[in-house]
Amino acid sequence: MKAISPVKMKKENDGRGRPKWFRDLSAFKIISTIILVLSGLFFLFPLYWIVTGAFKSQVVAITIPPEWFPLNPILDNWVILFNNPVWRWTFNSFFIASAEMIAVCFVSATAGFVLAKKVFPGRKLIFIALIAAMALPKQVILVPLFTMLADLGWVDTYKGLIIPAIGWPFGVFLMKQFSQTIPNELLEAAKIDGCGEIRSFFHIVLPMLKPAIGALAIFTFMLSWNDYFSQLVITRSTDMMTLPLGIATMQGEYKTDYGVMMAGAALASVPMIIIFMLFQKSFTQGITMGSIK
Amino acid sequence: MLATIRKPNKHKLHDWLMSYLFLLPALTFFLIFVVYPMLRGIYMSFFDYSITSFEFIGWENYVTLYHDETFHKSLINTIVLVAVAVPIVIGFSIFVAMAIYKKSEFIRSFCRGIFYLPAVTSVVSVTVVWGWIYHPNFGLLNYITNFFGMEPISWLGDPKTALMAITVILITTSVGQPIILYVASLGNIPASYIEAAQIDRASPGQIFRKIIWPLLMPTSLYVIVITTINSFQCFALIQLLTSGGPIHSTSTVMYGVYQQAFLLGNFGIASAMGVILAIIIGIISIIQFKYLGNDVEY
Repeated sequence: MKAISPVKMKKENDGRGRPKWFRDLSAFKIISTIILVLSGLFFLFPLYWIVTGAFKSQVVAITIPPEWFPLNPILDNWVILFNNPVWRWTFNSFFIASAEMIAVCFVSATAGFVLAKKVFPGRKLIFIALIAAMALPKQVILVPLFTMLADLGWVDTYKGLIIPAIGWPFGVFLMKQFSQTIPNELLEAAKIDGCGEIRSFFHIVLPMLKPAIGALAIFTFMLSWNDYFSQLVITRSTDMMTLPLGIATMQGEYKTDYGVMMAGAALASVPMIIIFMLFQKSFTQGITMGSIK
Repeated sequence: MLATIRKPNKHKLHDWLMSYLFLLPALTFFLIFVVYPMLRGIYMSFFDYSITSFEFIGWENYVTLYHDETFHKSLINTIVLVAVAVPIVIGFSIFVAMAIYKKSEFIRSFCRGIFYLPAVTSVVSVTVVWGWIYHPNFGLLNYITNFFGMEPISWLGDPKTALMAITVILITTSVGQPIILYVASLGNIPASYIEAAQIDRASPGQIFRKIIWPLLMPTSLYVIVITTINSFQCFALIQLLTSGGPIHSTSTVMYGVYQQAFLLGNFGIASAMGVILAIIIGIISIIQFKYLGNDVEY
């Protein structure tokens, strides 16, 4: 009965162990793929509901059971939407986000480079202050900032919406992280060749930081576009509103006229989604580089 | 002799001046619009500060908050929001990252994109569509739960469900960044580690617990911090969907700050709330530094 040779035993074990291991793995894989697909649909659905809802009439929008796809798409919602100063709001959003983007990139690139590559007294202190401020959400200082803007007479102005956002610690941090990858030899060589600091910054450092600046630019643009809280607090008049803020205030008027609200929601988010899809690589790079690890 | 000693010093001084010249723009904006408001906020929190008055009252704002039931409720709601959202965000994003990180670049980008989408979508658009989905009469959710024999629920109007309804939206808008971070750090784990464990017949569960999880720890800590801070900031969802109601069941500290300052005009109390929030966030950041401090390059 104890005829099973060691060789055979080993074979049997292999035969039993291997497929079981693979069976477990594949079952896990199938289940995880199903969950992944389902949650992916769940994440996509709100956007789908916005875009399709934008073409539904009010009657269709509130019908139960719901129409999963607009069978009789209409454009009326868009006509009603554009009865509001939507162009002005879109311009405001673009203008504020672009101005912030340019300023943040310039200010962050110079500071980030110096923090990464230069030794000077106070460097460590500045860096620690920066990290500390990065953890502090901007919302926390919004109340004192608002009273300060009120003193300056900057409430409800472009100045008030743009300038306070320029001193963004995260931007400096991101630029510092990227600047560290610039080889020191390159900077030293430039110095030996008699290239001044400012010239070497514009001719050597900036070109090397290009992808990083791209990532930061998109980040800043998106954050500014979506910075609802600051815009809500600093803006007063209808003319100064940004697109998301304008759409939010429309809710008071159109409440359950979901078609119009979805058209507004689509307009407020589609530009950002397109920008995101075009520059996803930069986004991803910025997020990974900007993490403290 | 003197010249040779002075020369490098002069050079150094020039270097320092240059460095500060480069730092000047960022530093100026940072000091004026971040550091100064911070100090001003602390100062304001000791005043009875409204449209009609500006009077020093010492700690009274803090004492008022200490006894204020609405503030307690806001604090508890904020903690619940964080305590529910953070573990789910971590668990879910590790799951997604594990499922996609070995796939082709195309599938990876595609999945990352989908899960990052709610974070790119304007928060106003997000609230508008979720407000519709949650609507007790015209909403999709009640239509679906009806199939399971459930009575229609006013998801955002019932104190029992409102906070959870908000939390679900918050989670969908917060997983994008963690997934990107986890995919990146999973990609950095040497394949040989996992192969070696597989040769030793470690089960997938063992591989995850003993190899992957510990190696993901730095990322997880960072994700915990950013998600916690992000959840603390949760404002727009609440302001646009429930205004803190019903009966303060969704009021958070951040919403309380807004309500006190911009709806009721009590800038003093709002500043005190801001200071308390900053201290809480500060403590969390210090804990982060205690764990991660060694890995940050100065």
